[in-house]
Amino acid sequence: MSVLFANRLTVLFSALGMLLVLFVAVPLARTITASSPSLLWQTLLDPEVRGAISLTLYASFIATLLALICGVPLAYLLARVDFPGKGVVEGIIDVPVVVPHSAAGIALLMVFGRQAPLGQVFGLLGLRFVSAVPGIVVAMLFVSLSFLVNAAREGFEAVDPRLERVARTLGASPWETFWRVSFPLAWRSILSGALMMWARGLSEFGAVVILAYHPMVAPVLLYERFESFGLAYAQPVAALMILICLVTFAVLRGTTRKSRRAR
Amino acid sequence: MSLRVTDLWLDLGAFHLRGIHLEIAPGEYFVILGPTGAGKTVLLETLAGLHFPRRGQISLHGEDITRFPPERRSIGFVYQDYALFPHLSVEENIAFGLWLRRMGRKAVSERVEAISRRLSIHHLLPRKPETLSGGEAQRVALARALAIEPSLLLLDEPLSALDPGTREGLQQELVRLHRELGTTTIHVTHDFEEAVALADRIAVMHQGQIVQIGPPEEIFRKPDSEWVARFVGMRNIFRGELRPGDGNYQWLVLEGTEQPEVRMAVLTDRFGPVHASIRPEDIVLSQEPLRSSMRNSFRGRVVSILDRGTLIYVTVRVPPDRTLLKATDFTCAITRPSLEEMNLKEGMEVWIAFKASAVHVF
Repeated sequence: MSVLFANRLTVLFSALGMLLVLFVAVPLARTITASSPSLLWQTLLDPEVRGAISLTLYASFIATLLALICGVPLAYLLARVDFPGKGVVEGIIDVPVVVPHSAAGIALLMVFGRQAPLGQVFGLLGLRFVSAVPGIVVAMLFVSLSFLVNAAREGFEAVDPRLERVARTLGASPWETFWRVSFPLAWRSILSGALMMWARGLSEFGAVVILAYHPMVAPVLLYERFESFGLAYAQPVAALMILICLVTFAVLRGTTRKSRRAR
Repeated sequence: MSLRVTDLWLDLGAFHLRGIHLEIAPGEYFVILGPTGAGKTVLLETLAGLHFPRRGQISLHGEDITRFPPERRSIGFVYQDYALFPHLSVEENIAFGLWLRRMGRKAVSERVEAISRRLSIHHLLPRKPETLSGGEAQRVALARALAIEPSLLLLDEPLSALDPGTREGLQQELVRLHRELGTTTIHVTHDFEEAVALADRIAVMHQGQIVQIGPPEEIFRKPDSEWVARFVGMRNIFRGELRPGDGNYQWLVLEGTEQPEVRMAVLTDRFGPVHASIRPEDIVLSQEPLRSSMRNSFRGRVVSILDRGTLIYVTVRVPPDRTLLKATDFTCAITRPSLEEMNLKEGMEVWIAFKASAVHVF
């Protein structure tokens, strides 16, 4: 809309809407601006903080990579093939968004814990989940994979099936059709889903804290500083985390906007 | 026989194919004509290998391809709304099938160059599909399908999404391409005039079945069934040649009748061989010659009267005393009261008249 013409309805709605916008923006802005840039810089130089932040970025990246490998094929199937139980599969993919994340952590512990069957199998391979990086990765994967799978599915659904059919008549095998037509056309949606998933993984606390309090990811470190030392110590770490997420989010908005224009 | 389809059955949601038989000769331009929902697109997609039939056989050049995947059939396909790859340039779209054939870069660009010049889209090569007009996009889609030198070209309503001016241009382009390349072509449409203008033979399709196959003239002169007759609309369709007339008019001399009495005045700026149609309701029937501004007036004889409820279709042979081979039949639609008023009977001599502007040339 280019001109917001004022009538009572739009004035009232603007006022009500603005309350909500400010409710989000003010605390974020206040946290970021509360500490001076030099204090933020010092915080970033703190090896414990730096370690936690890079661990968070890394673990979430690995989780996103795993989701890409299995989730993109799943998304393609969901977009293109009708199979019995499809609704159930779609439901399962959405469930992690609605369960409490601490409950998700407990559920993962039941499977990946040291005494649990899968935990024992992986234990033989030397892979430990509890209080270890793989535990952080599966916790992040569990709670954020819905974002990637759903975005990729929507991306594939937006590709006209006739483009794939034409590709087949031109001599492309199903495999070549996927890589030359479907994937490039859904790529922006997949990328924005991956960024969304990665950002969601970064911010995960509940599931991670149950599987792996140590090594500490940034949200856990933040919680620990708040509990042990109080607001003043937690605040610069919070500011850093918020800044990182804001940048990710800006990139995300950039890619989705471009993809909308490309269509 | 280039393509032979035997007893083809398919169920796909709301669409069905029921016992389709087709035999298409090499180089033939074959049109499948039918209303929306008849299963025409599904038939084409099945020929291309995009659906597998429940029963039946498809063979191309004597080889049974029923179970071949699409990529092994070498059948070109053009959709109504072009289906160009939006992430590729025009050039890359045309080259797509050639890349998959692992042709060398030089050979690909030569082939793209040649086919794009033939279709007059050479200047569009660097463009993205989203910047093309409908007519341009459809030429690109044609070029992409022809680039792989298909043994069969399938066109699914290729002209239906275009505006009338562009449609006529592209239709003539299709005629020219077919003449030059001789690609065996199956063209699906719901537009009767398009079918008549392009087809060597027409298959009329209804509810998943082929209900009549034959040359265009035969379909509209001798519809096999009530349904076909209704679908082709009991129209007056003629083939003839336009010759210079007087003033704004051209003379249409009908094929096989060099008689001055059956030349029609037509409002057009075209010349040469054309098809022409006149809607039955635009022809006025009378017992005496009418004094009116209508440019075309002929004496004829009633050869048949067909009662269709609200309208009566009266077929009048011009000139009156010849056999069909040397005459032209016009079908006029009249109302029941005028039928009774004139007391029309088969064999009566009557006059028919219509305006020059009632003759539609295509």
